[in-house]
Amino acid sequence: MVIKRKVAVVGAGMTLFRRRMLETGKELCFEAASMALESAGISMRDVDAVVLGSAPDAFDGVHMKGEYLLDGAGGVGKPYTRVFVGGGTGVFAPIAGWWHVASGLFDTCLVVCEEKMSSLHPHPQYAFWGIFDHTLERPLGVNLLWIFALEMRRYMHVYGISEEEIAHVAVKNKRNALDHPCAQLAAKITVEDVMRSEPIVWPIKRLDSSPPSDGAAAVVLASEDTARRICKEPVWIDGVGWSIDSAYWTDRELAYPAYLAEAARMAYRMAGIEEPRREIDVAEVYDPFSYKELHHLEGLGLADKGKAAEMTVAGVTARDGDMPVNPSGGLLGVGNPIAAAGMMKVCEVFWQLSGNAGKRQVKKDVRTGLAQAWGDLMQFSSVIIMRS
Amino acid sequence: MKEGVVKKGQDIGVGRGIEPNPVGSKYAGIEVKESDLRDGRYMSIRYSAMFRYRWDTGIAVGRFLEGLRDGRIVGSRCNVCKRILVPPRVFCELDFAQIDDWVYVYDTGRVNTYSISYIDKQARRMSSPVIVAVVELDGASQGMGIMHLLGEVRPEDVYVGMRVKAVWRSREERKGAITDIVYFKPL
Repeated sequence: MVIKRKVAVVGAGMTLFRRRMLETGKELCFEAASMALESAGISMRDVDAVVLGSAPDAFDGVHMKGEYLLDGAGGVGKPYTRVFVGGGTGVFAPIAGWWHVASGLFDTCLVVCEEKMSSLHPHPQYAFWGIFDHTLERPLGVNLLWIFALEMRRYMHVYGISEEEIAHVAVKNKRNALDHPCAQLAAKITVEDVMRSEPIVWPIKRLDSSPPSDGAAAVVLASEDTARRICKEPVWIDGVGWSIDSAYWTDRELAYPAYLAEAARMAYRMAGIEEPRREIDVAEVYDPFSYKELHHLEGLGLADKGKAAEMTVAGVTARDGDMPVNPSGGLLGVGNPIAAAGMMKVCEVFWQLSGNAGKRQVKKDVRTGLAQAWGDLMQFSSVIIMRS
Repeated sequence: MKEGVVKKGQDIGVGRGIEPNPVGSKYAGIEVKESDLRDGRYMSIRYSAMFRYRWDTGIAVGRFLEGLRDGRIVGSRCNVCKRILVPPRVFCELDFAQIDDWVYVYDTGRVNTYSISYIDKQARRMSSPVIVAVVELDGASQGMGIMHLLGEVRPEDVYVGMRVKAVWRSREERKGAITDIVYFKPL
C-alpha cells in the first residue's frame, strides 16, 4: 500500500442537534461548513473538493439528496460527490475526503454531513421500513428496532450480560452530553431510570435509544504542506478502515461484529497500532443504542469479547477513566442526525486531540484518538485513527 | 414577513419567528417545537407521496415462495462451501459461485435470538406486543436462520435455544408469501 501524502483535519464545525429545526438541510450544511472553514481559517475559494455524507433519502422525501444539498455544502463548481453507507456514513465521508487528499489529487477537501429526519411524519422510523427485503421481511411488519433488539438479546445471551450493566452506557453518555453545547438529550439519569423507561422493542428501552434529530457537522481536510501552513494544531488522520458483512443478516452470528474487527485491523495496520488498548487514548464509538457502544468496543479490540460491560460499570470508559469513550456524550446524549452524528464523533476527536474540547476535555493527556460508525443492515463499520 | 407592498431595495428585516441564534452560542440552529407548528409560529408544507411497485421475485426467492405455497421451506446448497442456505440464493456470497442445487429444509428449528416489539413500523404504540425471532431451521447449515414471528407463547416464556415449529395457513389460504407461515410456536 502506498499512501502518497499525510492528511490532517484542520477545522471542524457543527450545528445544534435538535428533534426538529427550522433550517432546511441546505441551510444546516451551510452553517456547519461555514463554521468548519472559519475554524480552519480558510474560505470556500481555498477548497479544492467537497464530499457530502447523508443517509436515507426518504427522511427528507427528496430523492438524490447529494444534488439537493450541493449548494449549501459548497460543492458548486468543484469536484463533488456524495457517499452513503447508512449509519456508517458519518465516519465514511471523512474517509472519502481523506483519499481525495492522500491520493495527491487535491490539497484541501471539505467534508459535510447532514441529516434532517424530522420531515417524515408521524415518525422517521417509517423510512427505515424501506431498507428491508420487500418480499421476505416487510410483510412481517418489521421496524428497524426489531433487528437491533434481536442483536442486543443475542449479545446478552452469548456473553451473559444484563440489561442493568448495559444501561450504564446511557447513564454515562447522557451525563457527558451535559457539557456539549449542541446536545439534544443531555441528562443526569440513573440505571434505575433506564430500567424503568418504557420498552420500545425489548430489550431496548426508551433511555437505551438515541433520538431522531436534525443537524449537520463538517471538517476541513488538508495535505501535510497545506496543513502546516494554515494550522497551528493539525490533527493527522493516520489510519482508515472500513468493511461490510453479508446483507443476509439472519445467517450471521450477531453477538460479535466481525466486520468491525476487519475494519479496525485495516485502520490499526495503516496507523502502525499494535496494541490498541494501550495506544488509543480516547474513543468516540457509535452508540445509537447503549449496547452498541459495548458491542463496538469489543469489535474494535478495545475490550475482550463480552467484557466491555464490566469495563463500563467499573468506570474505565468514563471521561476521567483510563479509556474515555464518548466524552462528547455520543448519539445517546448529543443526538443522532445519522450522518452528522458520525461526523460529530470525528469533530470531537479533533477537538480532544487539539485540546479544544472545553468542558468535555478528557483528564488524561491524549495523543491518539479513534472515531467509528456503523450502519446499513447491522453489517458495515468505518474507523478513523487520528493523532495530534 | 411583513404584510403589504415592499419598495424595491427596502430592508424588510427578519420575519416574525426567525430569530438570531441564542446569545453566547456559536452553534447555529433554531429549534422548532411541536407547539410552534400547532400555533403557526413557523410555516411548514405538507406532502404525501404514493408510489406503486410490482417486485419480481427473482429466481431463488421465487422458488422459496413456491415452496411456501406448498407448505415447505426451500433452501439451496453451495457445492463449494457445502453450506445449505436459507433463504436460498443462486449464488454463494462467500465463494461467489453459482448455485443450482435445491433442497427442502424442515419447518422446525431453534430460536437464535428474539425481541418483543411494542411499536409498529411507524413507531406507534401497539395494543399488544409482537414477539420477533431469528429461527435457525433444522436441515440448514448451522447459524442459517430466517426472521419471523412467534405465537402461542407468552413473551416471558421465550428463551434462546427454544425449539419451535412453523404454523402454516391452510392450503387454500397460502399464496406464496412469507406470511404463509403465520408464526412459529413452541414445539
